[in-house]
This record gives sequence, structure tokens and C-alpha cells, in this order.
Amino acid sequence: MTQLPPPSDVKLGLVIDLDTCVGCHACVTACKGWNTENYGAPLSDTDPYGAEPSGTFLNRIHSYEVQPEDGAAQLVHFPKSCLHCEDAPCVTVCPTGASYKRAEDGIVLVNESACIGCGLCAWACPYGAREKDPAEGVMKKCTLCVDRIYNENLPEEDRVPACVRTCPAGARHFGDLGDPGSDVSRLVAERGGIDLMPEQGTKPVNQYLPPRPKDTDLDVLAPLLAPVAETPQGFLGWLDKTLSKLPGSAQ
Amino acid sequence: MTQPALDTSPPVSDEVRQTTCYMCACRCGINVHLKDGAVAYIEGNRDHPVNRGVLCAKGAAGIMQHNSPARLRAPLRRTGPRGSGEFEEITWDEALETAVSWMAPLRETAPEKLAFFTGRDQSQSFTSFWAQSFGTPNYAAHGGFCSVNMAAAGISTMGGAFWEFGQPDWERAKLFLIFGVAEDHDSNPIKMGIGKLKARGARVIGVNPIRTGYNAVADDWFGITPGTDGLLITALIHELMKAGQIDLDYLARFTNAPCLVDAREGATNGLLLKDGEGRALVVDRRTGSLAPWDGKGVEPDLAPGKTLSGTKHRTVLDHMAEHFLDPAHAPEAVAERTGLPAERIRALAALLARTAFEDPIVLDRPWTDFRGHRHETMIGRPIAMHAMRGISAHSNGFQTCRALHILQILLGTVEVPGGFRFKPPYPKPMTAHPKPHAKCEPGQPLGGPHLGFPHGPEDLALTPDGDPIRIDKAFTWDNPLSAHGLMHMVIANAHAGDPYKIDTLFLYMANMAWNSSMNTRAVMDMLSDTEADGSYKIPHIIYSDAYSSEMVAYADLILPDTTYLERHDCISLLDRPICEADAVADAIRWPVVEPDRDVRGFQSVLVDLANRMGLPGFTHEDGTAKYADYADYMVHHMRRPGIGPLAGWRAGEAGSGGRGESRPDQLEKYIENGGFWMEHVPEDAAFFKPWNTAYQDWAVAKGFYDSPQPYIFNLWLEPMRRFQLAAEGHGTRHPPDHLREQIRTHLTPLPHWHAPLSDGLTDPAAYPIHALTQRPMAMYHSWGSQNAWLRQIHGRNPLYVPTALMALHALTDGDWVTLTSPHGQITVPVAHMAALNPHTVWTWNAIGKRKGAWALDEDAPEATKGFLLNHLIHELLPPRGDGLRWSNSDPVTGQAAWFDLRVRMEKTAAPAETLPQTGRQASPVPDAPRRLAWSVR
Repeated sequence: MTQLPPPSDVKLGLVIDLDTCVGCHACVTACKGWNTENYGAPLSDTDPYGAEPSGTFLNRIHSYEVQPEDGAAQLVHFPKSCLHCEDAPCVTVCPTGASYKRAEDGIVLVNESACIGCGLCAWACPYGAREKDPAEGVMKKCTLCVDRIYNENLPEEDRVPACVRTCPAGARHFGDLGDPGSDVSRLVAERGGIDLMPEQGTKPVNQYLPPRPKDTDLDVLAPLLAPVAETPQGFLGWLDKTLSKLPGSAQ
Repeated sequence: MTQPALDTSPPVSDEVRQTTCYMCACRCGINVHLKDGAVAYIEGNRDHPVNRGVLCAKGAAGIMQHNSPARLRAPLRRTGPRGSGEFEEITWDEALETAVSWMAPLRETAPEKLAFFTGRDQSQSFTSFWAQSFGTPNYAAHGGFCSVNMAAAGISTMGGAFWEFGQPDWERAKLFLIFGVAEDHDSNPIKMGIGKLKARGARVIGVNPIRTGYNAVADDWFGITPGTDGLLITALIHELMKAGQIDLDYLARFTNAPCLVDAREGATNGLLLKDGEGRALVVDRRTGSLAPWDGKGVEPDLAPGKTLSGTKHRTVLDHMAEHFLDPAHAPEAVAERTGLPAERIRALAALLARTAFEDPIVLDRPWTDFRGHRHETMIGRPIAMHAMRGISAHSNGFQTCRALHILQILLGTVEVPGGFRFKPPYPKPMTAHPKPHAKCEPGQPLGGPHLGFPHGPEDLALTPDGDPIRIDKAFTWDNPLSAHGLMHMVIANAHAGDPYKIDTLFLYMANMAWNSSMNTRAVMDMLSDTEADGSYKIPHIIYSDAYSSEMVAYADLILPDTTYLERHDCISLLDRPICEADAVADAIRWPVVEPDRDVRGFQSVLVDLANRMGLPGFTHEDGTAKYADYADYMVHHMRRPGIGPLAGWRAGEAGSGGRGESRPDQLEKYIENGGFWMEHVPEDAAFFKPWNTAYQDWAVAKGFYDSPQPYIFNLWLEPMRRFQLAAEGHGTRHPPDHLREQIRTHLTPLPHWHAPLSDGLTDPAAYPIHALTQRPMAMYHSWGSQNAWLRQIHGRNPLYVPTALMALHALTDGDWVTLTSPHGQITVPVAHMAALNPHTVWTWNAIGKRKGAWALDEDAPEATKGFLLNHLIHELLPPRGDGLRWSNSDPVTGQAAWFDLRVRMEKTAAPAETLPQTGRQASPVPDAPRRLAWSVR
């Protein structure tokens, strides 16, 4: 079994805003595009033009309906990828040491050359965030674009994960959640960011910002409009009076 | 413990080439990373005005479109019957000579027998120019079956509509209303905008029967009954007017609210009262006398009207009060039909009023209006609105879109800080657009652009006998303001020989044998139907597409197009621009990689065809060709003196943009700049553009128009009244008797709501359910299914059914139902969706595919479980017993009324596949790979 390093000061991760995510899947294909081309083996697709297309993705969007007791049903879009947990069970379960958590920034990675594709890590992950690539026979997961975020061949502003760079709604944020003063940490504090399934004890680094309440105060709190007229004639009378109070009137 | 060595700075690519995306109509800037000359990765261009670096799911998956197994490989000639998909590959010379042998004789004898229609095309100023040079009146693009109601209502009311014409002030709006927008149009800018609103806690209100996408993140959702948006909007107008919560200063200065409506009986009744020079008149508050609307220093008065020779001429606002204060427009009166409680409508009206008038934005920017009045500040009503096909693709869509603009205008939210802002070269009033040109003569070019805006009956495209000149019957009494044509009627009319037979149907990038046609099964039959002698009723069909679509199988000759990464294109100010409210911009596509197949960009093929036929616009006086290919045209074509397809880097003062002579290195300059050109609107010209002298002068300098064009918004739409007057018997050109009543009731100068036309001809009780489609954010029309990544996201399209209907029909997910409309029947699988209007079912558009198309396996879910609602929608309304063919379209514009569809639903045993099945087509491309591991390393 594989050991976790001591907790790092730097905890790189994502903050995902569920109030803003429109479920467009931009992060899904940007991730697929970058990662099939870069870290490790390509992300394969089986039967890509056939009856049961099935490919390896490191990031997927799920959509859930919520039916409040009162009021209209809601739809929440929920992007899901590895949460780079502090107590990552996928690492400790790994029989070969292929799964590991980086000591310097907390990113959880798979060393593909050591991976035997046994799938124990996928079984151990409570979030379903790992997939076995059938072509390569190795476990695949979000790398937090470790080959982007430090990449000196990229302009500095592009040294963020591909999903964050592409997100059209700005619902994905990247940064150091170990630094309470970082932008992402402040966002989590302001918006009440939450751990996903805290009862699992995995201490996920990634945080989710909950959707704001919906369909709430439109009706109740605000005064309705007071009529100035009920009829067209009344409206004209009001108009005359109102206009005569404005500057520039000849009346 | 040790960590494996890891290179965190691997090389990214050999080269980045910047061009314009074409995975949808949004036209974002993209960085295409190349390795060893092959496309390796695509990301957004951070400098580009449309997307500023972000990119949607489609755009990032563009690499799989570029490498799609469905790409056509060479020109094709049909060998089997139409629809079979049996072809032989031929050379380009054979293909082009075949096309010329069909078309050139038509030009000399009867140019109208060539019908040239383009689909998802963004080179309309070029394709229209080609068709004008050929001389056929039968040209249009896909707007007639898309969103012409939106465009026509916006342009005629206020000089521009949503999307390409204007945008919300995302930086300043405090309240955002979004009506009838599926998950597209435009794509990334709306997502970016909603992100900005959300980041600062501005409120988003969604009005849509379906709560997905943008509506899912809206703070408030109005799950309105389809086709009733006009009732909701009118009720909001009613509440605001009744409460006096309208922007009187804005209305007086910038709209025709103070204009007088001619009350005299006769041929001018209901038109605006004019002076001898044809200028609409207002009462000047300074003098109490009549004055022209645009007179220097005039202060138009909204209230009194004017009595002349004993006749009282009332202001437009006075007419509006009479119309909108009618209790028939009160919230209670519309609550049941809209499915929205009256209290909620009232509350929304109150929120609009509070936001507009209690929380204005005031910018400290003085500006001067066209009457010479200096304004010390820019006052904004921070409510932004956006709408799209959900409100426009109804037979009442034009008037609904008009009503929405009137709501915006009454609140004073158009072209103000925090509101809705035009993007250059808009605003542009309807009167600055061309009128339609249709008169054709053998061997001669058309007199001008095909599409435009009739100002009255004299501008209709009718023969002296009153018959339609165009095959689609655009610009006729059936639909006078059909500004985008009626592509959805072309095949049906050509097949019926109504108003005449054609010889050659030439289509580009329009899947008319499938998801882009109503009544798909019948259209497939029309395309392959024969005369008694066995010849096809539509004798020749030429089609250009890059991919093996359903339409390919129904053509006789295929001119294979390139992918978007292999071609030149021109995103021109003369066409559908990509500007921002604060900047004018245009862009190009260029071949960032060369095709590896025997395919050619369609626009260059058109240049070649024009050269082979010696079309006038493409030929010098000495008979030599003006343009070698489309790239050459983009640089050297001159539409007006100094104005070409691309505004950037024209010759002249320091290579500035806008006006100037053509310049040979223009495309290189675009490529150096990332594929686009952009110039910012001066700060003092940024708002109040239709009236702001600083903007008007800048617009002339940039070449949008040749002299300042200030205008006022048309609350009262005079052209509509001109058609009504003709129906009342005035003037010299009158509608046929069977259309008089339609013109009188539907072409009203103030918007009215009527039930969708098909509701009046079928029994709503027998068809109690509304049926809609939406396009998902990660898929665009039929293109997406060939994309290995995107079809894993949207490979299936169940019919989504609301909770109450699931219970009523004892349905669970995966059950099957038969949907029956007055026209047809389909059998499809269902899935439950709670966040849905209780009387509405819906599905994703164009996921369903014909077997054999798009290089998909025949057992792909798109072909076995996917389906189209199109089979349920007829291009004609149900017969009325008068022997006439009535189009299922808006009676003002001819917009296809897709969303008027009503159905009934019955549970049924699961068939093996969705019904109807439409047979299979042979695939002209090789089988797709069984496994992908995509990487260029």
C-alpha cells in the first residue's frame, strides 16, 4: 500500500461555482483535448462512432433535478473530477505506489509506468473520479493539468488547468486552498464553499460553492405598483400633469 | 518516499495559428496548436472580442470535427436513385462542368429556374452577390426557418435585434431577463455575461417552458406556456403604463411616441402625420406648434395631440395608452393562458419599475443629440434583456418580439448604460436597409440584393398579375416582411410547381432532407418524386457540404467543402458581424492546415463557377476574371467606394480600418493580428448611438453609412399600417380577397397577441400538449453526432415529459409513447423532467440520424433511438377547405412556426426502434474507426 506525504502547505485545487455552472460541458472537452495530447497515454474512445461509444474522461458534468416541497423544480449542473483529497483513499489503496500525492502541492497523480490497472483506486474513491483507460490499461484521473500550471512554455496567464481557462461562465477557479488569503480561499469563505461528502473523511481540497436560493423573494417582499390611471383617459390626464412639471414646458 | 520524476514544462506545440471557430454560429477566436503540421489542440483566443479566451464544448472538440470520418473526400456524381446514397467520385473539372451545363442555359433563358439557398452560412453578402450576378430572384439563407421574426421585429422597431445586432450591458446591468433562449445563440458571450452578472450578484430571470442551461441558473424561473410570451410581455406593459412607470423623457426624445397619427379618413389614416417634405410631425413643447421630429432644438410633446381642420390627431403614446390599458391585457386576464399567476406578473412589473427608475446608472459623460440638445450625463436604466427562437419561432413571433422591444423602450433601457446596447455597424434603421429586389431578366444581373425590408405594398415581390416572383413566395401578401426569405417552403413549392417549376436546386450546408425541414419524411419523398416519364420533379440538385449528411444522399452532384480549419472565410461587417457594443470588429478564417482530400472551400468553388459562366460581378470588361478565389475576393472586392468585405487594414491613412482602397497584404495583417480586426468606439459615442452625434460621425468615418442616420424608435410601425390600408382598399396594389382579413388583423402598427395560427384550425383539446425542441450547448444542429467526443455527451434524445403527464400516462423512464399531431405520428422513448412547464414535452434537436449518414454505425443510438419532431410539423397549415395552401409561418415575416406544435401522447409497447424509420443511405465515405486514442506526438 502507498503512503501519503505529510500535509503540504500548498494545496492546489479547484473551486467550482454551482450557482453559475450552466452545464455546457466546455470543461469536459477542453480537458479531454489537453489531456489526450499530454500527460500519460491518450484518453481513448471505444466504439466512438457506434452503438455504445465509451471514452475516458477526466472530468464530467452530471445534472440533477431538485424538487423543493414548495415551488418549481430546479436543475443543478454538477461538474465532477478528482478533488485531490488530503486523505486520499485512492493513494493509500494503491498496491504499486503508482497513485501518489505530490508533497509540494498536494496534486494526486498516477504514475502510469507503475500502474497495473487493478482498479482498486477507482473502487476506493468515493467520488467515482477515476476511470480505467481500456486501450492503455492504466488508471486515468484529473492531473490538475500539472503539465500546464508550471509550464514555462505557456504564457503565465495560461498556467491554469485547461478546464479553468476555457470555462465560459467563469464557474471554475484555480488556486491555493492552503493559503487563507488566496482568491480561491476568499471566494470559499464569502460564498460558503463546501466539502463534497465530508462524512467520507477524505478532506477534499476542491470546494463547491452552493447554488443561491431560487424563486424566492420576487413575490413577497416588494411593494406592487400603484396605479396612476385605470383608463386611457386617466392615463392622459396623468401624462399632462406629469409633463407640465418637467422643465421646458410651454403649458 | 520518492516521487517519480515529472517534466512539468513539456513543449506544448510547434506553432499556434489563430483563426475563427465554426463549430457553431458564434464565431469565437481560436488558437490552433499544431505539431508536425497536424492539429493537436484548440483553445480560445484571449484577445478575441467574442470569446476573450474561453471556448465552449463544441469549440474544444473541433479537432474531432476536423478529423471526422464523415468528411467527404472528392466530388461525387449520383449513380443510384435519389436518397440511396450511391455515388461515384469524379474530378473537380467534371463536377464544375456538369454544374455549369445545368446552370448556364438557365441564366440565358429563365434565371428564376435556379434556386440557390444556403444554410448555416456566414457569407451571405458574398453568396447573395453571386446569386445577384447570376440573376435569379431565388436566393436566401436559413433565416426564414430560424429567427427572422427576431431580426425583422428588432430592425423595424429599433434598428437592431439581439445577438449580432446588440448585447446586454453585462458590465452594468442589475437585472437580466432572458426569454425563449435555448442553450445557444449566442453561445459563449451569454455564458460569459451570466458569469459576470452572477459574480456581482445581479439578478437573472428566465422566461422559458424548460428550465435547463441559462434558465437553470436563473434566480427566478417563469415556466411559461409556449406561444404566450406576448401575453406576458403585454401584461407587463399594461402594469407599467397603468402605474406611470415609463421613461417619459426618453420616449419623447428618442421614439415616435410623440409623433401624431393621422386621423383623417382615407388613404393616410393611421400613418404618421407628415409635413410637405415627408417628415413626421410632433408638437414642439416650446411653442405648442407642429414641428418636424428631427428639427433643431425641438422638444417633442407626448401629451396633447393636435386638432387640425376639426380633426384631432393623437400622439402614438395616446394610441398606446388606449391599446395597452385595455383590461384584456391585465395580469389576471392572461394568467391562465400563460400558466403564470397574476401576482407573479405584477411582482415582475414592480421589480422592473424599481430597477429602472429607483436605481438608475448615471455616467458623467456629456453628449449631444441629433437635435443639438446637450445632455450633461448619460442616464441608464439597468435592465438588460435577451431573447431568441423560443419567442420568435411561432406564428405570433413577430408581434411578440415587437412587444418585447416596446417593453424595453418604455423602460428606457435601449442604448443606455446597464441596458441593451447595439453593436456597430448597428444601430441601423429599417429604412437604411435595402428593399427586396426580385425582378429578373434572362442574361442580366438582379437589380440589387434579394433580401431587405419592404416599406409598403409597392415593394412586394409580385408580378404585374400579382403572382409571387420568388419560389418561396417571400415578400408577398402571405408574409410581406419576409426579410430572410422562406427556405422551408422552397422544396415543397418547387415540388408542387407553385408558383412555378424550377430546374436546378442548389443548396449549401443545409440539411434540408433531414432536420432543417418541417415534414421531413414528405420532403424526402418530394426530393425523389418523379414525373410520369420517370424524370425527377426537381430535375437537378447540387449540394455542397463537408460531411456525409442526410441531404448528400438526395443530391445529384456533390461539391465537397473543406473543414473550417482548411478554408478562407470572411466574417464581414457587410454580413453578420462579430462586433461588441464598445468595438467594431471583423475576422477571417484561413487555412491553418491544408486539406488532405480532394475538397475545396465552397466560396472559392462559387468564384470558379462564376468565372466559368462569366457572371458580370466577377468579370472585367475585357472578359477576364476579377477574382482567382475567395481569398482574392475578400481582399479586392469593393462593394461601395472604399468599402470591401474586410474593414481592417485598408489602404489609406496609416493603414487604418473602415474606409479605404484594397491592400494586397490585408490577409497577412489579419493573420498577424490573430485573425481579426477591432477598433474601439470612442467613449462619448458608446451609448445613445442612434441619436448621439459623436457616434453618428464615427459611424460615417468607419463606413457603416455614408451620412449620419439619426432616427427614432418605431413604437408605431408605419409600414404595417400601409399594408393594412391596402387591405382596406386604399392605394393601387391590393391583397387578394382571401388574404385581406389576415393582413388587417395581423399587420397592426402596435403589437397584438393572437393564438398560434394552427391552434385555430385544430382542436386544442384533442392535442393538449405543446412539443418543443432545444439545441444543447454541446451540440450544434446535426453536425455534432459525427464528433466522437460530443456524441458521448449528447448521443440520445429521449422525449422529456413533465411530472403530471408522467403520472397521467403511468409512465416511467424508458417507456415509449406515441406522439400524434394533426399531421403525423412518431413513437419515441421518454424520460421524466420535473423542471418543465406542465403542458409541455420536449427533446434535443437533431440528435436523431438516418441510418448510413454521418459515418455512424447503423445501430448507433442516434439512428435507432434518436428521433426528430420534424415529422409532426407540416410546412402547411391544416386545410381550411378553400383549396389554398397556407404556410405554417408567421403571417408578417413567414418565419417557420416550429414551436406552435401541439400533440397528444399515448403510452405504447416498445418498438425495436423509434418510428418512423426512413430507410438507409449508402455511405460515400469509409467505415469509421472502432477505437480512437487521439494524439499527435
